[in-house]
Amino acid sequence: MTPDLECAELAKRFGTTTAVDNVSFSVPPGSFFSILGPSGCGKTTIMRMIAGFLEPTSGDIRIKGGSVLNTPPNKRPVNMVFQHLALFPMMTIAENIGYGLRRNKVPKDQIAHKVDEALERIGLPGIGHRKVDELSGGQKQRVAIARCMVLEPDVLLLDEPLGALDLKLREHMKVELKALQAAFDTTFVYITHDQSEALVMSDQIAVMNQGRFEQVGTAQDLYYRPDTPFVAGFIGEANRWKGRIERVEGDALQLRTDSGLAMRATAVNELSTGDTAEIFVRPETIRLAAAPTALATFDNQLRCTVTSILFNGAASRVLVQDNVGETLEVTLPQSGEFAALKRGDTVHIGWGAAQATCFRESV
Amino acid sequence: MRNHARIGFVLLLTPLVLWLSLLIIIPHIDMLLISLRERISFGVYDTSLAQYEKALTEPLYLRTFWRTAIMSILATGITLLIAFPVAYYIAKMAKGRLQQVLFLLCLIPFYVSELVRTFGWMILLRETGLISNLLQWVGLADQPVEMLYNDSAMMVGLVYTSMLFMVVPLVTTLESLDDSVIEAGYDLGGNGLSVLREIIIPHAMPGIVSGSIVVFMLSLGNYLTPTMLGGKDSLWFTEMIYNQFIVRSNWELGATFGFMLLLLSSVIVWGMLRLTGRTLQETMG
Repeated sequence: MTPDLECAELAKRFGTTTAVDNVSFSVPPGSFFSILGPSGCGKTTIMRMIAGFLEPTSGDIRIKGGSVLNTPPNKRPVNMVFQHLALFPMMTIAENIGYGLRRNKVPKDQIAHKVDEALERIGLPGIGHRKVDELSGGQKQRVAIARCMVLEPDVLLLDEPLGALDLKLREHMKVELKALQAAFDTTFVYITHDQSEALVMSDQIAVMNQGRFEQVGTAQDLYYRPDTPFVAGFIGEANRWKGRIERVEGDALQLRTDSGLAMRATAVNELSTGDTAEIFVRPETIRLAAAPTALATFDNQLRCTVTSILFNGAASRVLVQDNVGETLEVTLPQSGEFAALKRGDTVHIGWGAAQATCFRESV
Repeated sequence: MRNHARIGFVLLLTPLVLWLSLLIIIPHIDMLLISLRERISFGVYDTSLAQYEKALTEPLYLRTFWRTAIMSILATGITLLIAFPVAYYIAKMAKGRLQQVLFLLCLIPFYVSELVRTFGWMILLRETGLISNLLQWVGLADQPVEMLYNDSAMMVGLVYTSMLFMVVPLVTTLESLDDSVIEAGYDLGGNGLSVLREIIIPHAMPGIVSGSIVVFMLSLGNYLTPTMLGGKDSLWFTEMIYNQFIVRSNWELGATFGFMLLLLSSVIVWGMLRLTGRTLQETMG
């Protein structure tokens, strides 16, 4: 099956800085593809190249198999939902949605029909005569998507469209966007710096850093099986150390961190005795217990003192300090057994070797 | 406390009220009264509409009146056509320092008095002027060419004088247009022309209207440029007012002309606002 969107060795240089460095990926039809990365990593540059506002320095962009490099933005079968939506303030909602159809010389009665249908689809029937500034943030969002979707693009690009919304609405729109994507059955390419947006909505996520893709995979791949230290550190939270390998048995490692903490861990890439490694352990994989007996099955066990409790509802953490002075972040279970936990208490923590991922130190 | 506030309010308001009444309202009432009287004999006046009748029946007066109106509208239109791309370039295409420099370049000619600027045009356009000499030197003309004292020369002068007053409001409104709105226009299938027509011009409308009103009024009330560049062949209505007041000491007819001009500019500005569907409040506020 031809992918809806395919980028081959795409690169963009501005003077001496490389914004996008030989990026290749393909997006299968009907899927939700996200590009996730910190600001300034080049994700907006990729999107602007796909939309046609920037000319790639080298490489190719193919949509449904055909190169679009020589197609101007207004002829590409790609539409974009802008960061601040860019609805036309001088037009009504219906005129906004009908704009692209008017440009394509669709007959008037058909435009009216399609606009009504699109408004129905986004759950806002009968608001066509209103002005843009009479709508709420979430409604504008949906109108911006409808304005693109009436043109039936092969690929819809979304450039951090949820950034301007407040937290509650953003959570709601995540679910809604995913539902809209399923309803329209169109390929969505979504850029964001917010990992939870990417993780919740996407079929495939590309993690981008300094102009390159670090890893492309499903949300579960990125979370459970990161390929690089950057991905391990960027997706989710992690306790991280640097250490030296003391013994290697296949994938299983015995190592000691720089502060002197001995640990059993699992290697992601090839490591041998004496190598320096980066170790990541997620706070939610560490088991908290009152007595060491409850931790018998774990490869790594520590006796610690609670130094601080970071209460944040379901995402509460405790900071604990072990006997060598290393501070670890551990998720605080909300099952009730640690409700009375306070600063200075002694607790036992443990985690399996499989949950401690280990990478060769990146230089 | 309340009394103090009242006194402060009155004190602040006084200069405005004085200015409005002494310089604008009272003179205009006086002018209106003068325009409505007719001299019967030495020192004896009668109230009548005779001056208006004279102004509206004398073909020279009437012709100059309409000519001034149409030429002013034309000058406004030409200024808009030239200023729009300039303003668009300054507001949207130029970045950083270049933007400031270009804006300053528009402003610099206004450091020189209008008289000197108009003389500049005379030096360029007159029979023994730069352009005439250049044409002869190149061989395109075999005798001196007079380019002054016609409608085109006057139009050049009017447009030149008004440019800044059109560019400034246009740059301000165009700058407030988000670049991504223009990009969205292209992204959804628009070409340059349709983006200009459906997005950029509607957005710039307040600037277009306010710039046009200012330029139109400046052109209509301009005296210097039509006199110096237009000469005797291109009479301007302000010249007729000047003639009646100063040359012929006929204040009655001069005042009548003044009122006709005031009425004309009010009607045309009103029409312009009606045509674009805007209120004066929106445009100026």
